[in-house]
Amino acid sequence: MSDAAKHVPLDAVHRQSGGQMVPFAGYSMPLHYGSIRGEHLAVRERAGLFDVSHMGEVNVTGAGALGFLQQLVTNDVGKLTPGRALYSVMCHPDGGIVDDLLVYRDQGSYMCVVNAARHDVDLEWMERCRAGHDAQLRDVSAETVLLAVQGPRAKGIVQSLSSGAELSAIRYYHHRPGEVAGVPVRISRTGYTGEDGFELYANAGDAERLWAALLEAGSSEGLIPAGLGARDTLRLEAGFRLYGQDIGEDTDPLSAGLGWVVKPAKGDFIGSEALAAIAQGPPRHFIGMRLGPREIPRHGHPIYQGARQVGEVTSGSFGFTVAAGLAMGYVEPEFAAPGTELRIQLRADPEQWATAPVVALPFYQRPES
Amino acid sequence: MADLSAYRFTKTHEWVKSEGSGEALVGISDHAQSQLGDVIFLELPKEGTRVTAGARFGAVESVKAASDLYSPVTGEVIAVNGAVSAAPELVNQDPQGRGWLLRVRVDGDLPGDLLDAAAYDSFAQADSH
Repeated sequence: MSDAAKHVPLDAVHRQSGGQMVPFAGYSMPLHYGSIRGEHLAVRERAGLFDVSHMGEVNVTGAGALGFLQQLVTNDVGKLTPGRALYSVMCHPDGGIVDDLLVYRDQGSYMCVVNAARHDVDLEWMERCRAGHDAQLRDVSAETVLLAVQGPRAKGIVQSLSSGAELSAIRYYHHRPGEVAGVPVRISRTGYTGEDGFELYANAGDAERLWAALLEAGSSEGLIPAGLGARDTLRLEAGFRLYGQDIGEDTDPLSAGLGWVVKPAKGDFIGSEALAAIAQGPPRHFIGMRLGPREIPRHGHPIYQGARQVGEVTSGSFGFTVAAGLAMGYVEPEFAAPGTELRIQLRADPEQWATAPVVALPFYQRPES
Repeated sequence: MADLSAYRFTKTHEWVKSEGSGEALVGISDHAQSQLGDVIFLELPKEGTRVTAGARFGAVESVKAASDLYSPVTGEVIAVNGAVSAAPELVNQDPQGRGWLLRVRVDGDLPGDLLDAAAYDSFAQADSH
């Protein structure tokens, strides 16, 4: 697998920086540069720099672009004004999730950002759904790098490299074109860590220059490179779903607690009928559970109440900031209320159980700035 | 590179090092800690517990996975490293030094099937595909 892995433009830079490269979604990506714990805490307390160039970017243009996207995704793209971004899912007709994605609106065009592991499936799906719409798709994944600067000091660091433009003016889930360290970028105030920060989309050829400039400008602020390991523990604390674990083709957005991205009022879209039926009573609910500091739940661990299995963990790990084992997963609806006492089987042999109360998501919220 | 001539390794990635007068230190290999990633906590036996060569004596829980620990030797645990209980990251930082786990009073000689550092290194290379 690792032999066939695709390389991101910064591959050599990661290896030189001590990145432990692992296969992920067909790419060779840095898991960490020494310590997942250290990188996690740096992002919470100072800042971290992530290369997430494996993500896919697809431009959507044409007079029918809006009509196409309104069919494709569950959220209301009609409300998306230029300079804003939107989180959504796209569904199969049965309500199963094809992928979760960000939709950016520029003046007359859109950009969809999809998961690397779903890139090929998504493009095929989008091509099929495009039939009958005056909309064109252009896959710009290979020529685009995506660097995420996340953490309480992210804004100051990116600001120091942005001549003139006041970054405070870019609010959460807004974006605009700009220059960082002289490199043309799309500056987006988004992220997957639960911290304030920016995601910078740039041309692949500018990757090394942008990476080096951010690290240099951030070094006095405590910015360090951070890998996929910290990205996973950070997003878990923030309660963000991960495609392939928490959501997938066999889950629907309503059961996954993503009802806020499903907007039936906008009119029909792919999956709207199935979702309307599911809305009458989702068969299971997505919950968070907090465990002790020495109890680490994992994907696939069964969830019990008493002697009966009522669900399964879909994401589990240790939350370095909250200093506790954290689990997210699905349970039967009657066990989903915060405060419900459940049990997770952590090990079969020797048998080990954790008592885990259901808690409201997210597990971590950043302090008001 | 530290002198590893006194170390013997298991194929389950633990090491043992004789400390003289029948005592030995036990820990996990540098290869093991690198594969495990950040150690979050260790489940270790109490002083006075008997451990048996090849048998489970505890577990290490990392951000990635839970793994059982198997004793390289048979004997009695005479000390548990309190430093790693308090700061499990020591196992990542210095697995074959300050990150030792147990001090054991060994029954008789070390088992003959343990690997020396060079043999373990080749084994670990092959094992990490």
